[in-house]
Amino acid sequence: MRFAFTDDQLAFRDAVRDLLDRECPPAVVRDAWTNDTGRSGAAWAHLADMGVLGALASEAHGGLGLTLVDLVLVLEETGYAALPEPIVEHAAVTVPILEDSTAAAAGRVTVTAALDGSGLAPWADTAELIVLPGETGAAVLARADVALDRRESVDGARRLFAVHPRAGPQAVRPALGAFERGALGAAAQLLGLNERMLDLTVAYVAERRQFGVPVGSFQAVKHHLADARLGLEFARPLVYRAAWSLTHGDPDAAVHVSMAKAQASDAARLTGRQALQCHGAIGYSFEYDLHLYLKRAWALAATWGDARWHRAQIGQTLGLPSGSA
Amino acid sequence: MDLTFSPAEKAFRAECRSWLTAHAPHDLPSGDTREGFAAHLAWERKLFGARFAVVSWPEAYGGRGASAMEWLIFEEEYYRAGAPQRVTQNGIFLLAPTVFDFGTRAQQDQILPRMAAAQDLWCQGWSEPNAGSDLAAIESRAERDEPGGGWRLSGQKTWTTRGAFCTHLFGLFRTDPSAERHRGLTYFLVPLEAPGVTVRGFGRLDGDEGFAEVFFDDVFVHDDEVLGEVHQGWGVAMATTGSERGLTLRSPGRFLATAARLVDLARRSGDAAAPTLVDSVVADWIDAEAYRWQTFSTVTRMTDGENLGAESSLTKVFWSELDVRLHEHALALLGAAAELADADPHDWMKGYQFALSGPIYAGTNEIQRNVIAERVLGLPRR
Repeated sequence: MRFAFTDDQLAFRDAVRDLLDRECPPAVVRDAWTNDTGRSGAAWAHLADMGVLGALASEAHGGLGLTLVDLVLVLEETGYAALPEPIVEHAAVTVPILEDSTAAAAGRVTVTAALDGSGLAPWADTAELIVLPGETGAAVLARADVALDRRESVDGARRLFAVHPRAGPQAVRPALGAFERGALGAAAQLLGLNERMLDLTVAYVAERRQFGVPVGSFQAVKHHLADARLGLEFARPLVYRAAWSLTHGDPDAAVHVSMAKAQASDAARLTGRQALQCHGAIGYSFEYDLHLYLKRAWALAATWGDARWHRAQIGQTLGLPSGSA
Repeated sequence: MDLTFSPAEKAFRAECRSWLTAHAPHDLPSGDTREGFAAHLAWERKLFGARFAVVSWPEAYGGRGASAMEWLIFEEEYYRAGAPQRVTQNGIFLLAPTVFDFGTRAQQDQILPRMAAAQDLWCQGWSEPNAGSDLAAIESRAERDEPGGGWRLSGQKTWTTRGAFCTHLFGLFRTDPSAERHRGLTYFLVPLEAPGVTVRGFGRLDGDEGFAEVFFDDVFVHDDEVLGEVHQGWGVAMATTGSERGLTLRSPGRFLATAARLVDLARRSGDAAAPTLVDSVVADWIDAEAYRWQTFSTVTRMTDGENLGAESSLTKVFWSELDVRLHEHALALLGAAAELADADPHDWMKGYQFALSGPIYAGTNEIQRNVIAERVLGLPRR
């Protein structure tokens, strides 16, 4: 038993964090609320160059041949940045599904998916390929072969579309584990969002003064943020463990993913609540950046199965009364 | 990352499971009563005889030299088998790590084997009537007795768990009254049979005589019974609180076992259990797993030589509040029967009362949240 990442894995994470610090600051996320694509612009191509988009693809298909254990830390960083891109759907969910992922790994083709049961695919209007649930597997469709119906997410930087096929798929591929990879990816992003909201709030309450002292010196504020930190502390190991279980084909991997997604969703919602409260009125303003991360967290907590849905799955596995389903 | 157990770890688990399943008692009275304590001592000595009392200690002191991971495995198997809480815990989990770190070789040789064998039984003498969470406010004194080669203790300790049944006490006394609060304290090891010591047991909220107050009236202790340096007791004591808040006192095994019992109770409740309650039960079960995996991560970091420090406050808040939730949800499943001691083979109401002490002892959770905010998150102290 050795529950830690390697130096290489941490270095890959750090490199992506540096990149996103530069290429995806809050201004880029804010711009995605109103620009034509809802996407980040340059960051996507940089992520392709770094190998992130094709991390799970084999080297023969232009990928890095890495695993979800390598990718989970990187996805966490994309959450920290609230990256407005279908990175989970592309890099975690569909790259392992495609027969030839060369173009996707290189970023020449963007792939999104509507595989979480909601029928909604994020950023589908600029994706070349859209993966839908098929009767015998995952159906890979060209964008020209689907009709898209824009739906408004609470997160304006998350362009959502209901997808209606107009023609048959280009291919139907085995979808084994696609949902679990999506839920894991969302859970990882929720960890990153959680940490971002906590960082913003810790910095703010140390600086903001009322009654002649920093508001962060008040115990009521400290205890809110300690609770937020607690939630993050006891969500993170479940997400990393689920990444390992999926990578190594653990027979209980689906349960491990459900634990991870349930815990990460609830933890991010709690931190969001505490972050907003501890900011006071400024956090409630549209101009302040907190809401960019808060709304992404709300959206991701709800998608790929919300906390209660995942707990109901676990309840069935544990043989608990079906009232939970 | 490798989340499998090694063949040696698996073999160790199998050995623990086999022995504990065969020998763990399920019907001992509470170890926090006089008669229960005696029954528990028999169990502790049986554990020692099978070299399961202190698996992580060196063999010379009665252990097996087990790794931290193996110790966690032992704990999981111990509670999985339904074995009772350890009445020796304040010695083996709180004092012993400090003796390993700060004790002289002579102190280690003298104290540890007798502690492992449950011959000497240690209680903690920290809290006083006017010093609880604010431990540095203690007033009990030790005055120098130069001719005797030791110290003379006076004052009062209280909330001393199982103090009325133990043979020895480890505690903090003020040796330099002129020094600032945290300085001038010294860590003493005191035989309770020493002349001038008076121990008075008293009842806890749950009815057991688990508390004691301990009075010191000019009690002589020899220089050999100082742990660490004179006036350096605060630093020595803080090493012990790290153990108490962290994983040695309350490892995940205990909560995994309680969560498993809660899931079993929910299963037996069938459709009488409201969906929201079943959801809470699953959330508790996930939390117990989260504590387990967070601990594996922590142990990996410790093995790599990292110092954890204030992070033990995160752990203490988490397990103590999880324990309360586990019991609250069990009581909710029991409904009107919750008040009955025999509503379920497991006495959940008794367990609930004990769980409620968790957010209080070892530094209240309010203090722990301050520590998390100030020392983990870096918020301003004032």
